[in-house]
Amino acid sequence: MSNREMRRFGEAKFSPARVWAMLLRYLYILRSSWPRTIELLYWPTLQMMIWGFMSQFLRHNSTYIAQAFGVLLAAVMLWDLLFRSQLGLSISFLEEMWSRNLGQLFVTPLRPYEWVLSLLAMSVIRVTIGIVPAMLLAIPLYHYSIFDMGWALVAFIAVLMGMGWALGLAICGGILRHGMGAEGLAWTVIFALAPLSCVYYPVTILPSWLQPVAWALPSTHVFEGMRAVLFHHTFQLDNFLAAVALDLVFLVAGAAIFVIAFRNARRRGALLQMGE
Amino acid sequence: MPEPVILVDNLVKRYERTVAVAGIGFVVERGVTAALLGGNGAGKTTTLSILLGLLLPTSGTVQVFGEDVVQHRYRVLPRMNFSSPYVDLPHRLTVRQNLSIYARLYGLPRRAERIAQLAHDLQFETLLDRPAGKLSSGQKTRVALAKALLNEPELLLLDEPTASLDPDSGDWVRGYLEGYCAQTGATILLASHNMAEVERLCSQVMMMKEGQIVDRGSPDELINRYGRTNLEEVFLHIARDRRPVLEPVA
Repeated sequence: MSNREMRRFGEAKFSPARVWAMLLRYLYILRSSWPRTIELLYWPTLQMMIWGFMSQFLRHNSTYIAQAFGVLLAAVMLWDLLFRSQLGLSISFLEEMWSRNLGQLFVTPLRPYEWVLSLLAMSVIRVTIGIVPAMLLAIPLYHYSIFDMGWALVAFIAVLMGMGWALGLAICGGILRHGMGAEGLAWTVIFALAPLSCVYYPVTILPSWLQPVAWALPSTHVFEGMRAVLFHHTFQLDNFLAAVALDLVFLVAGAAIFVIAFRNARRRGALLQMGE
Repeated sequence: MPEPVILVDNLVKRYERTVAVAGIGFVVERGVTAALLGGNGAGKTTTLSILLGLLLPTSGTVQVFGEDVVQHRYRVLPRMNFSSPYVDLPHRLTVRQNLSIYARLYGLPRRAERIAQLAHDLQFETLLDRPAGKLSSGQKTRVALAKALLNEPELLLLDEPTASLDPDSGDWVRGYLEGYCAQTGATILLASHNMAEVERLCSQVMMMKEGQIVDRGSPDELINRYGRTNLEEVFLHIARDRRPVLEPVA
């Protein structure tokens, strides 16, 4: 590649090679620390085991669980998937903050959206490492396979990943705007949505005035849809379509918050200074 | 007529209550090593950040290679690079991994060859597989310089390139930069408050104070103008004895 070709590479508005470079960077980081890789597996597996034993106990003591043994297990695994998809994106973003690397990155031809794509790809990898082993382990431990949900599971995963990314982008925007003082958002924000997502109970349990708020979350539609699949063996298309539409709104909002925060960081000079 | 690589005109950067850069202007021509010289808070790093497109100016014109940096930074970024001791390379990655990532971001061909060549030239071959976080200050500076030279930049922006180095390492880095410029004809703009470094490397100096260029010229011109024996004395004179601010270059 001549200097002219290098210039053309730099001027190209999108380059898969630059996305791959960033993804490779996050893979190097992941590979460099075994404890961190094990931590990815640790919490989802632990959660699955606790709720698995709880389900076994409740099977003989609760008609609700007796009707669909996997309802708590599926719920905890899908909730963890949502949390991990958001965290997977936010953690990779925070790696740049911790290493004060943004200034170095953005004097290269890397575009912000190429960076975001690498963050999304890394989120998929982190979720896969963290959640899939827990899903597989539930089969021999509790004779429950979440994969029995079939294509409905694919639809639920897609919606939850989208919501996780939207929240992740908004959180990254918040950290860009407010600095490392806002780092805690990456671990806490999503739990504020848990009661409203109706992970373990139907929406009708909520006070009537709170139900419209719950329905405004894509995750609520997913967990209602999941219960419909497990209890009635039906895939509720209307719930799914509502979840997809809400996901799009969330993604546009998350991306907008990130873009505004990034521009703002360029105006304040935070790209060069930001870090621990 | 020599081609201007950097053209800054009436550049202003204002934060909420602070004016970091107050209407400065200067031109750096191809092949020249120039310096922004001034104390802490003089506006040197702010100016470099704007030239790199990391920071948006409040007003004014900033052109690099004839392109407006605010509008078309991606046209010029492949031709320039940057090094600063205040911006780290990720600690947990090895030196080789770090350099390889940046080489990919610049779309470099034969990455392994280029990295090996730079490691040889900058004498850190034995450090290539060591995590970047385990390097000493001097080693970090060499690796950061290698990162800045990966794409063989025509314009190199350096923020205090020898800060925190011992005199021997500092001298070695200065020698290397002189060699790089002689070999490639590259242009360098460095921000520094190391007067000896500026005297040795630079043919053009802009003295900055409180966001303004308060004087400019070659090191010899400035030393003669103030009747001093070296740039450090000139710097102290300016820092303590306010001179009238020069008009920005049109």
